[in-house]
Amino acid sequence: MERNTKLHGLVALFDTPDQIIHAAEKVSHSGYKDFDVHTPYPVHGMDDAMKLKPSKLGYVTLVFGLSGAAFALLLMWWTMVVDYPMNIGGKPFFSLPAFIPVTFELTVLFATLATVIGMITFFFRFPDNKHPLHDTPYMQAVSRDKYGVFIGASDPKFDVKEVRALFESLGGKKISEIMEIEKTWQDAFNPKFIGILVTTAILVSGGTYFALNKLLYITPFNWMEHQFRGVPQEKSDFFADSRMMREPVAGTVARGHMPYEFKDSVAQPADPVENPLVNSPEIFKLGQKKYLTFCSPCHGDYGDGDSRLNQQFPNPPSLHTTKLRDWKDGNIYHVITNGQNVMPSYSHQMTVKERWAVVSYIRALQKAKNASETEIEQFRKENTSNGN
Amino acid sequence: MNIDYSKELPIVQGRLSLGELEDLIAKPMSEKPTPKYYIALAITLTLLMIGATSLGFTFYYGTGLWGNNQPVGWAFDIVNFVFWVGIGHAGTLISAILFLLRQKWRTAIARFAEAMTIFAVMCAGIFPAIHTGRPWLDGWLLPYPNQHGLWVNFTSPLLWDVFAVSTYFTVSAVFWYIGLIPDFAVMRDRTTGKVKKFIYSLFSLGWRHSHRNWQHYEKSYVILAGFATPLVLSVHTIVSFDFAVSIIPGWHTTIFPPYFVAGAIFSGFAMVVTVLVFVRKVFDLENIITIDHLEKMNKVILATGMMVGYAYAMEFFIAWYSGVQFETFVFINRAFGPYAWAYWIMVSCNVIFPQFFWFKKLRRSIPVMMVIVIFVNVGMWFERFVITVTSLHRDFLPSSWGYYVPTIYDFGILIGSFGLFFTLVLLFVKAMPVVAISEIKAVADGAQPTHHGGDH
Repeated sequence: MERNTKLHGLVALFDTPDQIIHAAEKVSHSGYKDFDVHTPYPVHGMDDAMKLKPSKLGYVTLVFGLSGAAFALLLMWWTMVVDYPMNIGGKPFFSLPAFIPVTFELTVLFATLATVIGMITFFFRFPDNKHPLHDTPYMQAVSRDKYGVFIGASDPKFDVKEVRALFESLGGKKISEIMEIEKTWQDAFNPKFIGILVTTAILVSGGTYFALNKLLYITPFNWMEHQFRGVPQEKSDFFADSRMMREPVAGTVARGHMPYEFKDSVAQPADPVENPLVNSPEIFKLGQKKYLTFCSPCHGDYGDGDSRLNQQFPNPPSLHTTKLRDWKDGNIYHVITNGQNVMPSYSHQMTVKERWAVVSYIRALQKAKNASETEIEQFRKENTSNGN
Repeated sequence: MNIDYSKELPIVQGRLSLGELEDLIAKPMSEKPTPKYYIALAITLTLLMIGATSLGFTFYYGTGLWGNNQPVGWAFDIVNFVFWVGIGHAGTLISAILFLLRQKWRTAIARFAEAMTIFAVMCAGIFPAIHTGRPWLDGWLLPYPNQHGLWVNFTSPLLWDVFAVSTYFTVSAVFWYIGLIPDFAVMRDRTTGKVKKFIYSLFSLGWRHSHRNWQHYEKSYVILAGFATPLVLSVHTIVSFDFAVSIIPGWHTTIFPPYFVAGAIFSGFAMVVTVLVFVRKVFDLENIITIDHLEKMNKVILATGMMVGYAYAMEFFIAWYSGVQFETFVFINRAFGPYAWAYWIMVSCNVIFPQFFWFKKLRRSIPVMMVIVIFVNVGMWFERFVITVTSLHRDFLPSSWGYYVPTIYDFGILIGSFGLFFTLVLLFVKAMPVVAISEIKAVADGAQPTHHGGDH
């Protein structure tokens, strides 16, 4: 640290606590205001000797301690009573006994932190490592085992000769002049300093971003999870009827729900609908399943009209009559969809695809029941893998 | 023997001058560490690594690696937490309560005990954090505006714990640092190394030993001691609420807060004595941390040990006197059930062994006190084990009774917490003055003016 020629003050060292008390009394008595005493530990009776007023630090503690208590109670009241009241065993939302521990802890926390931070920054004006008294033999001596007095050059009564004479009369040793330190601003532009600053900024902001965003889900970082969008069952300010859910456009048909053309006609249509399905093992499987579920109770497992309901109910017809075999697929579909005589409509039990699959399956049953010998031979030849 | 009780014993023995005191205390920081120091550090770091490995496995596989089960959902994690928080309490008691009671002998041991408080609370803090199962979400324990739209439950003792332990740690650390500022200034002014000087200057904040600062400083010390005193009592009270506010028989008792606080001071003093015995020997501080100080601490151990013993007896009395079947059962089960071994370890270590301290000769004997304080440490760990595990393992429903056996990971984490604690202690003794230099100078013979006032 560079020192200039401007005088900061004069210092003197003493050997015993008695001497320093005496010196402090004399200096304050002589009317100096800008003076100080430096001792390696607090010497009893020095407050009176220096004529210091009692420390006002306690007021900081009082104000912040009360603020801590008020903050704690308000926070708990607002969260537990106003913002998110929770019924816990029917107890009152504002249950003061349960709030005491946190109130106490926050009172202590606020009071102590404010006392310490207030003392260091406001009362001490620290950090101050560039004070003229630092790095002097005087400071090293009072740091160890000597007791020192300092009178500042800024005191209106200050006069180098007078002060020196006063120190000498008190028995002070190593009386010396302390020069001011040259104040420079270049430290702020030191590349090392700037580098540390930037690194710290990146680390702190990155860490904060990670902590807030990934761990705490704090509000500003919500990954766009809150968006302006329509939520079902919620109120809408946009639509006239205030409902977020909308009706479909008139005439909309849902996929797989194309209405049946001859829905209202009891009689068979002259020009029945074509079977849209292409036969495949999957279609026959589906048809078989639906047939055995919905058709077989009356028409029998193989369409012979011989189920156990026979003779207990108007006898269901066989599906192997010439009339049915001559029917087009659309005619059978029409009966399944609309019903016929005592047979009800199955349009609610089966989808369009399932109904057509049943038609295909009935066609397979008809083919199987009424096959000619040559057709059977043909089938056997094609499927000889299972023996004969 | 003829002892004059009207005169206080000198706090510092051997008629050391202020400069000699400073040299003695600052010596470990100016010397290069010896091989012995590195061996000690290697041992503690090994323990720490065992804990870190166990914790790593726990983080990766989850808390299923621990022995916790139904019905024993609280086990080593909570036992160790209460144990370490308790250890910490001695430091605050010495630095704050004994300061308010004007016990000058505390000066020699206060700094060290405060450091132990901070390290012990750090060890303690690990356990509730990992006990949550997903420690990376522990921020949820704090009330902050979040996108869940939720707040913490301020009526839960577990939340009070969050506030109590974090406040306790903060205030202890601040208190400790305030005490260190003048000592950092002393170190700054006596060191010759450039790096050391920079670091000490940074932490000394530019302290100049000015009496205009000392005046506020002393005031702040009183204020902080005044706050730390009820704080330390509140912390272990709230820790005991974790148990006492529940309805488990064996936990739901009103004696818990004072009982826990007495136990905490008991175990904390035992730990301070354990470590100080080594420190004063290794660093030649026998004249500063005198046998008189150790004897006084042993007296505190004896007194608090009797309080704990009284609490054990009173729990049994109330269990019988209340006439509650479940309560009675829990205590009979403690003493004679499957965990009777733990109970009798606890009683013998905590109540029987400290009785040797009635004899002045044993109180002042280093080997004897060493054995006894280690027994007390063990016993106090078992006290928390007995309270936590034996109350849980057999509660109201016999159909849900169980038995808890810790796993290797439970032990690994416990060992790791000791590793962390002693590693920090070792680093502390080489980096900072283990005795408050400016405070010990102030209580040395001839340090205060002779003719002023009548109060000293």
